[in-house]
Amino acid sequence: MAKAKKHDVWIDMTAMSDVTVLLLTFFILTATFLPPEPFRVVAPASVMEIKIPEYNVMTVLIDLDGKVFLNIDRPDVKLQVLEQMASEYGVTITDQQKRVFVEQPFIGVPMNRMPAFLDLPMSEHDAAMRNYGIPNDSTNNQFTDWILKARALDENMKITLKADETTPYPVIEKVMKDLVHIKANRYSFITVLRGAPDGF
Amino acid sequence: MAQIQQKGGKGGRSEPKKYDTRVDFTPMVDMMLLLLTFFMFVTTLSKPQIMDIAMPSDAEVSEDMAPKVRESRAITLLLGEEDKVYYYLGKIDESSYSDYTTIKETTYSTRTSNEGLRAILLERNMEAVNKMRDLKLERLERGDQMPVEEFNERSNEIKGDIDALTVVIKPLQASNYRNLVDALDEMQICSVGKYAIVDPTEGDLFLVENYRTRGAFGEANLAPQTP
Repeated sequence: MAKAKKHDVWIDMTAMSDVTVLLLTFFILTATFLPPEPFRVVAPASVMEIKIPEYNVMTVLIDLDGKVFLNIDRPDVKLQVLEQMASEYGVTITDQQKRVFVEQPFIGVPMNRMPAFLDLPMSEHDAAMRNYGIPNDSTNNQFTDWILKARALDENMKITLKADETTPYPVIEKVMKDLVHIKANRYSFITVLRGAPDGF
Repeated sequence: MAQIQQKGGKGGRSEPKKYDTRVDFTPMVDMMLLLLTFFMFVTTLSKPQIMDIAMPSDAEVSEDMAPKVRESRAITLLLGEEDKVYYYLGKIDESSYSDYTTIKETTYSTRTSNEGLRAILLERNMEAVNKMRDLKLERLERGDQMPVEEFNERSNEIKGDIDALTVVIKPLQASNYRNLVDALDEMQICSVGKYAIVDPTEGDLFLVENYRTRGAFGEANLAPQTP
């Protein structure tokens, strides 16, 4: 009796595995992760296709009530600005606190609360920050101080604004006016890409 | 799952054992592809776009330093509440303040339809739009061989033409951030090179209020003297 022949279909997956590992490594290395933000923001969509620069960027994050938070992507500049701010506002910051400051992506508390904030465990930072924001009213505008000091160190640093698309205009206007006031007339809005309408 | 076959003699002479050490890589490849897909999506999505804007300085500008704009080629957009846009053309003279139909209302355009703001801008900026389209076609025909500098220079020339449309964007307090970005986006789509974000004047606020009340506000209040 003829018995059905059993074929052993063994495909060597080693080569395939090699290729995927290679690609995976490439993507992991090129991946850029955004610094974690203290709250979620849905940026408005635009047809602009210019990508945000890799390096030397300041990001101003604005929440719905007008609280501002600042991210400086260069740790060296960030630390120097902190030292200048600390001496200007008469705050002493220990080395340990400085290390925490560099670790935390966003700046978002008034200078007089900075040492106490930096002593908190990292996991409580976001919640604590959401209550404050950098003061930016006309009598105590620490927000423009931070930006002015950072730009004094490197004037080519790009300023970007990030806000939720439902933010009321007066809130944005306040920040825009502050920036123009310190002669930072050129800045960018962070947007997400949407396709251009047909034919344009 | 490594498959290890063992051929062993039962009793008798022990012959050297042969192991088949072929490892099945299929699950490994599955997992790799999954991770790969994840990273591919994450990298493209995490990089946001930026929209550059240059705001006018708040220093006083003398009369002869101020940029010259043809009144007939200017359009003023007042970004209002609930995604409404009010607009008027050129400059408003004293007599048109009392007329509430001086300003008109429109909406933002969507990706699929050009109705609303885009249609208005396109109609008035047809020449520049066509020239930009030709320029982009030329770039395409030359197989993207056109240097970026040349493209930018020529597009600036088209957009900066004296007869090109000038747009003044005045966001009202009731508008939101998306409205502003949408309006700026239309500038990009409609090849408008000359535009500025400016605070609304008293006259603008008067016009909008007058429009909302269909002229009742204008009858009760005097139009501002210096627009």
